[in-house]
Amino acid sequence: MATTAHALPRYRREAMPVWDRVKMPLFYGVLLLWAIVSLTPFWLSVVYSLMPKENIYDMPPRLLPRPLTLDNYRVVLTSFELFPRWLLNSTIISAVVTLLRTLFCAMGGYAFARLKFPGRNILFILMLSSMMIPGQVYIVPNYLTISKVFHLLDNLLAVILPGVATAFGIFMMTQFYKSIPAELEEAAFIDGASRFTIFFRIILPISRAALITLALFTFQGTWNEFMWPLIVLQTPENFTLPLGLKWFQSEYYTLYSIVLSGSLFNSLPIIIIFFLFQRYFIRSVALTGLKEG
Amino acid sequence: MAMSTRRKLVEWSTAYIFLSPYLFVFGVFTIFAVGYAFYLSFTRYDLFSPPQWMGLRNYLRLLQDEEFMQHALPNTLKYVAVVVPVQTVISLVVAFALDQQIKFRRLFRTTFYVPSVTSSVVIALIFMWMFSRVGVINAFLRTDIDWLNSPAWALPTIMTVNIWSTIGTMMLIFLAGLQDIPVTYYEASMIDGASRLQIFRYVTIPLLRPVIFFVVTMGLIGCFQVFDQIYVMTSGGPLGSTLTIAYLVFKAAFRSTTPQMGYAAAVAFVLAFMIFVVTMIQRRLIETEPYQ
Repeated sequence: MATTAHALPRYRREAMPVWDRVKMPLFYGVLLLWAIVSLTPFWLSVVYSLMPKENIYDMPPRLLPRPLTLDNYRVVLTSFELFPRWLLNSTIISAVVTLLRTLFCAMGGYAFARLKFPGRNILFILMLSSMMIPGQVYIVPNYLTISKVFHLLDNLLAVILPGVATAFGIFMMTQFYKSIPAELEEAAFIDGASRFTIFFRIILPISRAALITLALFTFQGTWNEFMWPLIVLQTPENFTLPLGLKWFQSEYYTLYSIVLSGSLFNSLPIIIIFFLFQRYFIRSVALTGLKEG
Repeated sequence: MAMSTRRKLVEWSTAYIFLSPYLFVFGVFTIFAVGYAFYLSFTRYDLFSPPQWMGLRNYLRLLQDEEFMQHALPNTLKYVAVVVPVQTVISLVVAFALDQQIKFRRLFRTTFYVPSVTSSVVIALIFMWMFSRVGVINAFLRTDIDWLNSPAWALPTIMTVNIWSTIGTMMLIFLAGLQDIPVTYYEASMIDGASRLQIFRYVTIPLLRPVIFFVVTMGLIGCFQVFDQIYVMTSGGPLGSTLTIAYLVFKAAFRSTTPQMGYAAAVAFVLAFMIFVVTMIQRRLIETEPYQ
């Protein structure tokens, strides 16, 4: 230590103690400030959703619900019959899309990573290029396809069908299968097992972590999706929860406490899933972020 | 190991069977969709009578369309120019603070990421309530501004909401990038007598360049396509002050008195082209591999 300090130029020896004294309080200050900024909107919405609807604009801001009531939640679950319907629609769509997309992307990713077939490279490049095209380009033609070819307008299948496999999911699984050694399956292959047996018996079980990650991202994305369902679902009975919440807010804008408590049914499941499976979320954000860079 | 013809054929068909669900979606909702949209962008199509060939008239119309030239284009550019730098800088600062010897690092990290997993509609609804005239924000700032109904304030309000909700993801990517920088680089520069500022400027930033490129690209793409919050909070109003190009595509196709599918498709392609050009320009500005 002493020799290192000796080797440093003069200005460093004077500047360092000041910086050393302020740096940790400064960093904690930044972090605490951003934590407060991140959480306050959620906290306030929970507090006011637990207060009577007449108190929704009580100011200065309340940090605890007073008077406390569960009325808004009771209304959401019992007197307004569309809410349970929206919850159900959202659950069906998200569950089916998550299940199918995870399976289909694992299959596709395995084909790109391990099998040789004509057209593989060109398909892979086309797929990557398609990821750069903004969603707005697709809404007009896909609306027409869904309504005029498949006749699925205002049907939950209109949201499910285009979502069962995506370029991002295939790409993610391809990268994953390229990163694991091929020896495992080669032994089975020499023993005469078919690719199907190998995939379902050996590959799927060892890709658990990647499958969970893709499933989590898919569930979160589908559960929160707004633009596409807005275009293809039309009657309130068929809405998903985000569509329903917006519709409810514009129909009954004086009942904002109910909007806030209804919102919790949309955000809470995702937040709980996020807390339970944190490491998968964080790992893959870092992974996709850095692989691309 | 040379494969027999039979085995090759088996492998080819297996591959296509494995890929078939994706190829269906890709063929119908991506390849066909882009081609069809491109064709439609040269037509007039109101859903009732068949598409009518218009040549380049949709694209030329853009230049005279007041909604596009006066509102959608400047609003989108303003939006991108403010949101991308602000969200990048804040998330880098927060990630940098988090990369120190901090207690409760995991707790902080989790907290910061919560807005990023929440649905955009829920966030928009909560902020609409907070930014209402009698809401929390005015009470806190001791102001009396009708944020979302004022042509001057509506766009900045939506910018604030989006900056708030995207920082979590970007912070996480930056944090992973910072943790990937080997400690030996810092030690070496400290022994050479570099100041903290110099280390940050000449070690951290250059090594972080690929990550910065990635975050800025994601930010640009996201900002050019912003839709949910605008639909929920203002529907492009008041007086077109929050109308963006992405919203105009939706509006022309699905919220006009007669659907303008062809025009909407043309606007969408202009948007795609703008995203492509801006991404290329920024790739030039932030060179990705100046070292090694």
